[in-house]
Amino acid sequence: MMLTRLANPTRFMRLADRLLPWLAAATVLAFAAGLVWGLGFAPPDYQQGDTVRIMFVHVPAAWLAMFGYSFMAVASFVALVWKHPLADVAAKAAAPLGAGFCLIALITGSLWGEPMWGTWWVWDARLTSMLVLFFLYVGYIALWSAIDEPERAARAAAILALVGAVNVPIVKFSVDWWSTLHQPASVIRMDGPTIDASILWPLAINALAFQLYFVTVLLWRMKAELIGRRIRALTLGIAAREA
Amino acid sequence: MTPRKRRRLMIGIAGLACLGAAAGLVLSSLGDQLVFFLSPTEIVEKAPPPTQRIRIGGLVEQGSVVRSDDGTTVAFNITDLATSVHVTYRGILPALFREGQGVVAEGHRQPDGTVKAAEVLAKHDETYMPKEVVESLKASGRWQEGDPLPSAPHPGTEAAVTR
Repeated sequence: MMLTRLANPTRFMRLADRLLPWLAAATVLAFAAGLVWGLGFAPPDYQQGDTVRIMFVHVPAAWLAMFGYSFMAVASFVALVWKHPLADVAAKAAAPLGAGFCLIALITGSLWGEPMWGTWWVWDARLTSMLVLFFLYVGYIALWSAIDEPERAARAAAILALVGAVNVPIVKFSVDWWSTLHQPASVIRMDGPTIDASILWPLAINALAFQLYFVTVLLWRMKAELIGRRIRALTLGIAAREA
Repeated sequence: MTPRKRRRLMIGIAGLACLGAAAGLVLSSLGDQLVFFLSPTEIVEKAPPPTQRIRIGGLVEQGSVVRSDDGTTVAFNITDLATSVHVTYRGILPALFREGQGVVAEGHRQPDGTVKAAEVLAKHDETYMPKEVVESLKASGRWQEGDPLPSAPHPGTEAAVTR
């Protein structure tokens, strides 16, 4: 099985090295195409005019914030149950990425809310649950750096990631369960997207760009984490020999 | 799968199930507390006292917007198509405010049943279309601006309309 084969960090790093140049190139291309199309050529919305262009950053960032947390939760579950040696590395590497996307979604959302809704921020269910998601990311990162020993830190952080995972469906369905100022979903909904194709296509390409960025930087960060752990093990070994 | 792994898997699944159940119970008992606004029907039913700050959400009723001569005060009805509530507001309206638009007004319900708003926010729907598509949809009579649920064109189908 693929996952068991990749349990060997050296094999994983060799695969990552082979994939990374291609992924990085694809990320740059997708960003160039998506942002130029979205910010320069997509038509303005009939109600919101050019303000709608914020969507090309806001929506993919919000999706990736939720994807990042789901990824972290699944990786944490795998780490706790099967002790796959890369699982907690992957979860740890995903956290700052997801937190960054979450922050981008919150800031661009605020910048979008002011001209359209007439307010920077309201405490409705969608905005509040998204802020909670950001705090969960920050808490997860803080927990990792609060515990020195990687094995114990991984365990504690994995439990936090799993507990916080209940917030992901709350973020997604908050707009359906309660009355909110934020409008309901436009793309991922039962009866198909409510966005015209001329706006939906550049949005899809930007979403692809964000996703590629996530995968690329995730692999890079996982590599860095594995090398860091190797250095830690070597230093501890030298210290033990000298003592 | 080794017995230890199976045990950890069982504990993991049981833990997640408990967590999900707990979250579900909390959310369902919070229920009403988590809504951002009440509909006009709910406002009329609950008749909150004038001391309580409330938010009312719905559509600005067609033909109901009246601006004062000095332009600072505006009166309109918020409707959920079943009940309408009269709202007065003094201040700057968001750019998206117009008849048929979704809005949320925050303020106090007066003894006469109207709402005196301290803040009016615009609520836009989840439909995004370029102007030309909207115009051709209107021309073909498939959609009216201010419809509560615009029959959104699905990607691929609107090309036929634009032509």
